[in-house]
Amino acid sequence: MRTGLARFARNRLALAGAAVLLGLVALVALTPLLYPGDPFRLVGPALQPPGGPFLLGTDTLGRDVGAEIAYGARTSLIIGLSATGAAILFGTLIGGLAGYYRGSVEVALMRITEFFQTIPAFVLAILIVAILSPSLFSEVVAIVAVSWPGIARLVRGEFVALGSREFVLACDGLGAGDARIVFRHMLPNCTAAIIAVGTLLIGTAILIEAGLAFLGLGDPNVMSWGLIISSGRAVLRSAWWICTFPGLAILLTVLAINLVGDGLNEVLNPRLRER
Amino acid sequence: MSDAVLEIEKLTITLPPGADRPNAVSDLDLVQRPGAVTCLIGESGSGKSMVARAILGLLPGPRVRVSGGRILFEGADLAAITPRQMRRVRGARIAMIFQEPMTALNPLHTIGRQIDEVLRIHTTLGHADRRTRILALLQSVHLPDPAQLLRSYPHQLSGGQRQRAMIAMARAVNPRLLIADEPTTALDVTTQAQILHLIRDLQREHGTSVLFITHDFGVVADIADTVAVLQKGVLVEQGPAASVLRAPKHAYTRALIAAVPKLAPPPRRAVSTAPLVVEAKRVEKTYGARGLFGGRVTRALDGVDVTLRRGETLGVVGESGSGKSTLARAITRLMPVDGGEILLAGHSVADLSRRQMRPHRRRVQMVFQDPYGSLDPRQRVVDIVAEGPIIHGTEPGIARVQACEMLALVGLDPAGAQRFPHEFSGGQRQRIGIARALAMKPEILVADEPVSALDVSVQAQVLALLADIKARLHLSMLFVTHDLRVALQVCDRIAVMRAGQVVEVAPTSEIFYAPKHPYTKALFAAVPGAQWQEPIPA
Repeated sequence: MRTGLARFARNRLALAGAAVLLGLVALVALTPLLYPGDPFRLVGPALQPPGGPFLLGTDTLGRDVGAEIAYGARTSLIIGLSATGAAILFGTLIGGLAGYYRGSVEVALMRITEFFQTIPAFVLAILIVAILSPSLFSEVVAIVAVSWPGIARLVRGEFVALGSREFVLACDGLGAGDARIVFRHMLPNCTAAIIAVGTLLIGTAILIEAGLAFLGLGDPNVMSWGLIISSGRAVLRSAWWICTFPGLAILLTVLAINLVGDGLNEVLNPRLRER
Repeated sequence: MSDAVLEIEKLTITLPPGADRPNAVSDLDLVQRPGAVTCLIGESGSGKSMVARAILGLLPGPRVRVSGGRILFEGADLAAITPRQMRRVRGARIAMIFQEPMTALNPLHTIGRQIDEVLRIHTTLGHADRRTRILALLQSVHLPDPAQLLRSYPHQLSGGQRQRAMIAMARAVNPRLLIADEPTTALDVTTQAQILHLIRDLQREHGTSVLFITHDFGVVADIADTVAVLQKGVLVEQGPAASVLRAPKHAYTRALIAAVPKLAPPPRRAVSTAPLVVEAKRVEKTYGARGLFGGRVTRALDGVDVTLRRGETLGVVGESGSGKSTLARAITRLMPVDGGEILLAGHSVADLSRRQMRPHRRRVQMVFQDPYGSLDPRQRVVDIVAEGPIIHGTEPGIARVQACEMLALVGLDPAGAQRFPHEFSGGQRQRIGIARALAMKPEILVADEPVSALDVSVQAQVLALLADIKARLHLSMLFVTHDLRVALQVCDRIAVMRAGQVVEVAPTSEIFYAPKHPYTKALFAAVPGAQWQEPIPA
């Protein structure tokens, strides 16, 4: 494991990504100090350009864009992490059942998985939020619905491969039950791959959330990067800062997550490790 | 230097920092005489393959490289020439064959096309002439139906046929030197004997010199004119095969030769009449899809009967695909069987479900072949060994203490119990696997090729351990192996399997001195070094 950490540290891009993410977490932690109060509050004149008393300017209603971005970051992180966590749990369950029991269980579960993958992800997400009515919870449900199939297929593949390994056979020979084989031997041997892929999923989740909020399908009571961009769209030519700064925030965050994810993948993915 | 084909002087190959030693090979001197077969023998990690790669300029550079010495071949120093010059030497003047011919052949081209390519590059023959030559070449390596083979792809051939095709390709250019890196290690004994014969033919008929890299003294005895013994990158002994094999001078060579199991059964007590602990009757197992498209069906076990008495060791020998591993897994019920009956100490287990089988698991335990794949890389050694007893209700604390005792029993330091499997060598890992089986206090031990992946000196230690433990704990053992030498040393009775059937089963000395089935005779005749009389250890 120590060599893995050293190899990750040698990847400069991944390190830069990790630094950006650390900065984002620090921003979220310090938000209540930097911008006390509600981000929806009207704190100054509308459409103030950046550089004045408001570092990143104000929007069409006179809200501080800096405060909006800081609170939006919190939303992005919460949704990104919770949706990914839930997708990993659900995907691992489905993929694990398919890969461990094989046979008709596998056929049924994998056809369902593939069905979800055939529907365009964003369309499915919009549909789910529209049905459940927009809220943080429905956004998370929508993101989980579009991202679990990837995890399920990964875990199924790993389980099928592990199932024929001699150490799993040996454990069967000792008389171990299914639960022990799965939780003690198979899952620990594919956590690395799950973590690597899961990291990349966080970035996707943040993008989907921003897209939903931009279309007005986000939680109307919660500040979000997509919502800010949506509110600044009409005045893009005269007040460029309203759209540009949250856009940059999305770009930087997703880029950083992908760099870290690629770095982790390189270190943790057994197929890439054997070069 | 004069008449030498290849002259290696003070060759040193440097390993990257952090490797277990600074040099893969240090100050190696080796002279290859024309028309001779030189065997470079050593255990894994001795650097023998690195020498072959260095000669061909195929070292995995830049971290592994030749840092000193010369490799003289036809007046040029191969360690110093450019890659372009090297390409002219490789293939044309020096040919090579590898352990796994599948990796050396292009899977997308037919055999005919690949030999044709060699001829096109290295000769000026026309199309028709090349075709005639290819057919002659394929015939010369005794491949059946050469015309059909021309159009075959590598995956359609067996391992032995692929190796023949590689030799045909090597013959195509009439090289001065053939480098063979463990060319028969992946093959069955009877195939191995044929390939060795072919290499001998090539050397005799064309005067080709052969540098033969191997770990097997039996093969050395069959094929070598001169022998060079490599230990951890240092050449410890070199000389004519006859004298090295009969009277080795260096202590390491002596130890290596002493570790080779003798091809003769040691004296044994009379055939056991103890009660039966395993009785398998007409066991059937079929692999393959019986689906919509028919598919190919393999009868891995075709009505197999075997019995094992208390305290006895039954060897199951055969070539790959004979069904011997399937039999081991059927008896331990690691796989369901399609028919027949299996009695473990009188209990019928053939039709039990996994759950019903669980209480019987203690009786029979398995030791696996692959010391790298059979231990969970994420578990500590103590947990691996203690797992079985914990599953069967032993209190975890007590099970761990007992696990440490088991580790001591198999000759491992219990202080290493908290470490992970990758921190141990292959032989030590195999001991951990044995400790895991013994922790269950089984009556029957099923060992599936337990020493095949180990170096010969380590192999001897593990076999001694198994024999000792078996005697001390009064175990019965089913010992599956492809190695007849090992089987003769370890087993009381031997069952010979072929194509899913037991063709002969008899007490060890009987099967060795008076084999009845022609296949048994063929197997024993093909054991490498069958004619070799090992020196009596002083």
